Amino acid sequence: MPLFDEEQLQRLRQTLKRWTDTTLKKTLEKRPERMKKFMTTSSVPVNRLYTPLDIEKMDYERDLGMPGEFPYTRGVHSTMYRGRLWTMRMFAGFGTAEETNQRFKYLLEQGQTGLSVAFDMPTLYGYDTDAPEAIGEFGKCGVAISSLADMELLFDGIPMGEVSTSMTINSPAAIIWAMYIVAAEKQGYDRRILRGTIQNDILKEFIAQKEFIFPPEPSMRLVTDTIEFGTNELPKWNTISISGYHIREAGSTAVQELAFTLADGFAYVEAALERGLDIDDFAPRLSFFFNAHNDFFEEIAKFRAARRIWARAMKEKYGAKNPRSWMLRTHAQTAGASLTAQQPENNIVRVTIQALAAVLGGTQSLHTNSMDEALALPSEKAVTIALRTQQIIAHESGAPNTIDPLAGSFHLEQLTNQMEEEANAYFRQIEALSGVVRGIENGFFQREIAEAAFRYQMEIDTNQRIIVGVNDYVANEPVEIPILEMDPAGYERQVARLARVRAQRDNAAVEKTLRELEDAARGDVNLMPPIIEAVRAYATLGEIMGVFRKVFGEYHEPVFF
Amino acid sequence: MDRKVRVLVAKPGLDGHDRGAKIIARALRDSGYEVIYTGIRQTPDMIAEAALQEDVDVVGLSILSGAHMALVPRVIEKLKELGMEDVVVLVGGIIPDEDVQTLLDMGVAGVFGPGTLTSEIVETIENALGRQPA
Repeated sequence: MPLFDEEQLQRLRQTLKRWTDTTLKKTLEKRPERMKKFMTTSSVPVNRLYTPLDIEKMDYERDLGMPGEFPYTRGVHSTMYRGRLWTMRMFAGFGTAEETNQRFKYLLEQGQTGLSVAFDMPTLYGYDTDAPEAIGEFGKCGVAISSLADMELLFDGIPMGEVSTSMTINSPAAIIWAMYIVAAEKQGYDRRILRGTIQNDILKEFIAQKEFIFPPEPSMRLVTDTIEFGTNELPKWNTISISGYHIREAGSTAVQELAFTLADGFAYVEAALERGLDIDDFAPRLSFFFNAHNDFFEEIAKFRAARRIWARAMKEKYGAKNPRSWMLRTHAQTAGASLTAQQPENNIVRVTIQALAAVLGGTQSLHTNSMDEALALPSEKAVTIALRTQQIIAHESGAPNTIDPLAGSFHLEQLTNQMEEEANAYFRQIEALSGVVRGIENGFFQREIAEAAFRYQMEIDTNQRIIVGVNDYVANEPVEIPILEMDPAGYERQVARLARVRAQRDNAAVEKTLRELEDAARGDVNLMPPIIEAVRAYATLGEIMGVFRKVFGEYHEPVFF
Repeated sequence: MDRKVRVLVAKPGLDGHDRGAKIIARALRDSGYEVIYTGIRQTPDMIAEAALQEDVDVVGLSILSGAHMALVPRVIEKLKELGMEDVVVLVGGIIPDEDVQTLLDMGVAGVFGPGTLTSEIVETIENALGRQPA
């Protein structure tokens, strides 16, 4: 069903011409517009006006459809937030497992509905807290988890079979997941009922966040092993969260975020298919994670375009038959990089706009950033305001009361179509480069992103783009917001616990599991079972990653700017 | 003709968030400096040695992980050991206010947070080197 008939459009063309030549012309003669060029956050030009003529080829059923049905442009659930609100999931973690455990319990008491773990740098890079490489990094940007003992403490008193937990971990994802599984089993839960997500998206690490360790090929093997293992053993777990968030934070445009993320998604699908898995067995557990940046309509369009592109590719290109394989389910987080150190209270407003865009874009879960994140780890008060922001959107704004309320906006639909087209152009370019991994190795993605990031900064430097409090509306008042203080004894406690674990465990058993793990890594079996055995024996994260570092080697990226 | 000012942009520690480092490297190059970028995951020793080898006038450290109070003093100490105490050291990243003064007292010439204009960095470099801004 085309949205408009040709006769209507013909009349409209005449009306538009008349308006342009008369009403508009007169106004412009009297008063020119504020700027010569209007553009989105991604530097995409924005027209003065959008009308049905900008979406004249649209077909309602083909391009939008009904919520909960292909191609899911209007959302993945048939009732969306009328049925159930999105999951309010605040990313948290700092210092020791005990401190983060307290923060989790606080957030659950405040009405948060899912947990999300931030790990510290050494954990993200697969080092134990006391490794020489970990100097100065303990607990700074997340919680330190060096062994099963830390994971048990992290979830002490939290029923792991009842909460859903998202863990932002990539290179060591398989090991941290194994720790979670064993800790939950020790709490008495069957692994089959566990719900949650591991980020486990190594491709975007090479592209943007740079928390890679091994070369792309063994890295992809570990990811595929977790997808396979999850498909068979943890049917409710999202084994990967294919993330555009970090690509965007690294400075990409919205279209680059969209295109590179979905291209990564296709690469994981293809790797799992090559492994011999059936698409409808694993695709329903693939999940996504997008950024919600400042440009309201561009962001909403991005979420809608992402769902439509994914659904079309899964159905038409990869032949998936289960509707759950077609659905792009996503988490969203507001844009950390958009926050300013100047006048930090203004960040509450930025986060509100961004969060509203994510909700109008139809996200399944959401993290809202805290106002003080351009200065330090968020304080409890700042986190509470950020969570309250979501609750206000949910209960006071009215936005969740009807499904995809902005559908049919000429501007939004045009933007959604345009982003889909531009993403398709990137897919063709990536295919011409022989795929994502080759593109990473020759720096294609990194260069595209660096270029966009630089352009954005120059727009600010030259005042083509105004950031309130930064290059306009500047106030030279000192910033006064409370900063989170961490327990200074935390490091000592963590190192002592690690020493105790190493002393009290059965070291012969650890040696044995590590040897078996090494043999498995040299072969081609699924690595999850031997990782779980090593974790259960209290082998540390550093020891297990050490085995992989030895077998797989470490990756060094091409450096350029 | 004056020798071009040489700047080493480095990322110490494990933090891989290199958006800022790359932007600064390129902006400084566009401002007429000779810029060397180390890439990510550099130890303080590696950075100081690179500074010596490249004979730089300025070392810019980009740290977003919160490990600045552990890493910056080590870089400064190592630069001193190598006889490079005159090198201008700049720090960029997520640096809480209370740490800024400590870093400045330690000899850092400028600390830059999110929302810094690249022109401010150029100005700091020129002042620290005792030159008139270009």
